Amino acid sequence: MIGLVNLLGEINPVPWARSQMAFTLAFHIILVPLGVSWGAMTLIANYKAIKHDDKDALLLAQRWSKYMAVTFAVGAVTGTVLSLEFGLLWPRFMGQWGQVFGVPFAFEGLFFLTEAIFISIYIFGWKRLKPWAHFWSGVPIVIAGIFGSASVISANAWMNAPSGFTLNSAGEVVEVDPFEVIFNDAMPLMAAHMIVAAYVVGGFMVASVYAVGMLRGRRDRYHRLGFLIPFTVACIAIPIQMGVGDSLARWVYENQPMKFAAIELVPETSSDVPETLFGYLNDDGEVVGGIPIPGLASILSDPSDGTATVIQGLDSFPEDARPTIRQVNVVHLAWDIMVGLGTLLFLLSLWYWGTWIFRKDMPQSKLFLIIASSAGFLAVVCMEAGWVVSEVGRQPWIVYNLMKVEDAATANTGVWITFIAVLGLYTALGITTIMVLRGMSRRFRLQHEAGQPDDAEGDDVPYGPSAPPDSSHGDKDGEKVLTS
Amino acid sequence: MATAAALVLFFAITMYAIFAGADFGAGFWDLVAGGTDRGAGPRGVIDHSIAPVWEANHVWLIFMLIVLWSCFPVAFASITLTMFVPLTIIALGIVLRGASFAFRKAVLNTRSRRRFGAVFATSSVMVPYCMGAIAGGIASGRVPDGGVAGDPVDSWVNPTSILGGVLAVCVTAFLAATYLVFDAHRLSDVDMVEYFRRRALGASVVAGVVAFAGIFVLASDAEYLFDGLTSRALPLVIVSLVCGVGALWLLIRQNHRGARLAAIGAVVSVIVAWGVAQWDDILPESLTVDDAAAPNGTITAVLVATGLVLVIIGPSFALLYALDQKGLLPEESVPEPTPNT
Ligand code: HDD
Ligand code: HEM
Ligand code: HEM
Repeated sequence: MIGLVNLLGEINPVPWARSQMAFTLAFHIILVPLGVSWGAMTLIANYKAIKHDDKDALLLAQRWSKYMAVTFAVGAVTGTVLSLEFGLLWPRFMGQWGQVFGVPFAFEGLFFLTEAIFISIYIFGWKRLKPWAHFWSGVPIVIAGIFGSASVISANAWMNAPSGFTLNSAGEVVEVDPFEVIFNDAMPLMAAHMIVAAYVVGGFMVASVYAVGMLRGRRDRYHRLGFLIPFTVACIAIPIQMGVGDSLARWVYENQPMKFAAIELVPETSSDVPETLFGYLNDDGEVVGGIPIPGLASILSDPSDGTATVIQGLDSFPEDARPTIRQVNVVHLAWDIMVGLGTLLFLLSLWYWGTWIFRKDMPQSKLFLIIASSAGFLAVVCMEAGWVVSEVGRQPWIVYNLMKVEDAATANTGVWITFIAVLGLYTALGITTIMVLRGMSRRFRLQHEAGQPDDAEGDDVPYGPSAPPDSSHGDKDGEKVLTS
Repeated sequence: MATAAALVLFFAITMYAIFAGADFGAGFWDLVAGGTDRGAGPRGVIDHSIAPVWEANHVWLIFMLIVLWSCFPVAFASITLTMFVPLTIIALGIVLRGASFAFRKAVLNTRSRRRFGAVFATSSVMVPYCMGAIAGGIASGRVPDGGVAGDPVDSWVNPTSILGGVLAVCVTAFLAATYLVFDAHRLSDVDMVEYFRRRALGASVVAGVVAFAGIFVLASDAEYLFDGLTSRALPLVIVSLVCGVGALWLLIRQNHRGARLAAIGAVVSVIVAWGVAQWDDILPESLTVDDAAAPNGTITAVLVATGLVLVIIGPSFALLYALDQKGLLPEESVPEPTPNT
């Protein structure tokens, strides 16, 4: 027994802390695109509803806002866990750098507060605000979502490109320039890439639900609209995303050569570097397998120099200041996944635009709908892969070139317990969220088929909130929203 | 500058306590509302009153954390290292609470509702208890300076922490009951007005007794704080007492609006009294506000953000509350139009 306690007492918290941070971030980030872009898509539907007196669009906007209430709540609580985790898992990082790293979060707080308030006003204001006033109450959600994620990304970008502070001889932060911190070198492109990603991912996610519906034969106007709005948003965003990603890659080439070497799988500094698709480094640090495309990595890094472009290899960094071989392999694989899936989604958007241009309608084939219905999942994977590139590619640094992850972590040996608890809780949370959303959707449909409004509740629910007193004359009120 | 940062921190704590505190307290009443049928009435009022606002209220916690880690990073590191266990419980509790509340609204079947409701209510009691316990541990000087861990158990399982935890639960319950009386009144639900009025009265008496017992606990377990409370902060303690008694009296007189204000006054003055009593230490007896403070650049940025919060958020928060309090945001329910096809 004592032996077991000692053994547990010696469990190194660092890998557990990393895993917990990564897992909770990866979970939170799935909800983020919905928080950033769903509001905008709901407003598009809302606009259509008011402008063209379109009841299908109105129904969509109203239902979307109800789903948003659920996903936003889950996003808010998982985000709070992240804030606490900064202290719980990385106290020494926060003690040393909190005063710098924390600055962008002060503005994040501001924007999220705005977003939370206006989401409440919007969701709860359907009946009570005039249509246009209600529409405008949704606009701050979109703006706050964009600025909010730009602020958070700014903090993450700062870890990649730390700037805006002065250290004294003891290595303590003595001066902070908030402007330099927020607008650090990595911030503009990373923020742009993430915000556009939010529209790509959010758009494909929502659209794929309706694609599934259409595949099941629900081809009415309502489903068509529910597909078209988000899918079009995503298809506008994806070409932009490819462009931004390209600039970001060049920025990484110039400013984070270590990460770039891992991305392109370059063990030794050289020119005329091939772009290796798949493949990995073996224990001796040699590239194994994969499909090399001669010279392409060099050409993409700096087109003006072509294949003569020199790419720094992993060997130009001391061994304890660069990612391990395993980490390099993870980064490279994640990179292939992001770029591969990104390209796939881009081709899907070409198909969509092409059909619109030549046939004046969306593609109707079953194959298109099958691909479209998986696009949401693929986009999420693509985004997660991008984050793995960014975060694992920074290893072993938590603050690039200034602090290592192991020097930042908590000394609390109980982290493995909290990790397991978090894993269990989040799994349950994820499953329940999906079940609740599906349940809502099924209920809406059944009630709809029975000719009732969404909120007609059965009398068999004695527990919890009671039915709204005036839901019985719902349709009349719905008319009022539209016409008044 | 450091003082300004400390003021912002206490502002955030106070906002969190009076807004989110009441949401937690509502969870407490949800928990004790009894079986499915008997509890339906109170649960209806509770749901009605917190649904539109809890998320916005919750952001004050995040704001508080942000101010703490930006402006007083070393204190943040010490607190999170020492209070690892209760903070973890808080994190998990917040997930359970927020998610299950949202889920409960979204599902219609009784069994699922009951489950989500139970989780919501239990975590609503657990989280404020842990917060109070942490405040007790800090106030009684159990968190050391220098980004190192204090005792992982004694720091939050000690007389002052237990007092803090119990007091937090009582006070949130009291606040919530006074709000709920008011909300039930607005809904013209006479039974529920009486229901929550009785509970508000009960809670105020219990909170008063706990606070009175607390005097002895603090005198023996947290002398530094006790000295502060009985000297510099004494006027605030008296204000709090007066507000508490006032709330009781107003409740008996059935002046619901006044009772609510008095309850808020009692809570605000207790929190400010705590701050004044341990001034100018951020971690009593080990770290002063000045020594803990971040460079001026950081604090300026936080002050700018806070200013913007007041300018932008102030009015919109007020709008949300005004709409909510007028019953203009009654339910999440949206009457649905019939689609064209
Ligand atoms: C749907 C989402 C999506 C798509 C289609 C792409 N990316 Fe991406 N990428 C992300 C979503 C993303 C991301 C998850 O949002 C990341 C993580 C960190 C960040 O700022 O954005 C990211 C990071 C990221 C990074 C690392 C940045 C850093 O660590 O500083 C690079 C170099 C690229 N991307 C480049 C590309 C290229 C060249 C793409 C074109 C094929 C591409 N991305 C498509
Ligand atoms: C603004 C947002 C983010 C911030 C501030 C942030 C911050 C951090 C911090 C402090 C760590 C621990 C130290 C380290 O290992 O370097 C970390 C690790 C990690 N994060 Fe992020 N992160 C962010 C977004 C994300 C997202 C969205 C993902 C999604 C997958 C992610 C994936 C990871 C992974 C995989 C690790 C572990 C890396 C390793 O140990 O090998 N991060 N992040
Ligand atoms: C990859 C970077 C991230 C982005 C783009 C992002 C964006 C967002 C957005 C848009 C929301 C609004 C809620 C929702 O839509 O569900 C949100 C919620 C939240 N996020 Fe993140 N987030 C990121 C990572 C983080 C990290 C690293 C933290 C840690 C502090 C964090 C803390 C929060 C908090 C506290 C909330 C709740 C705010 C509220 O209640 O409105 N986020 N996040």
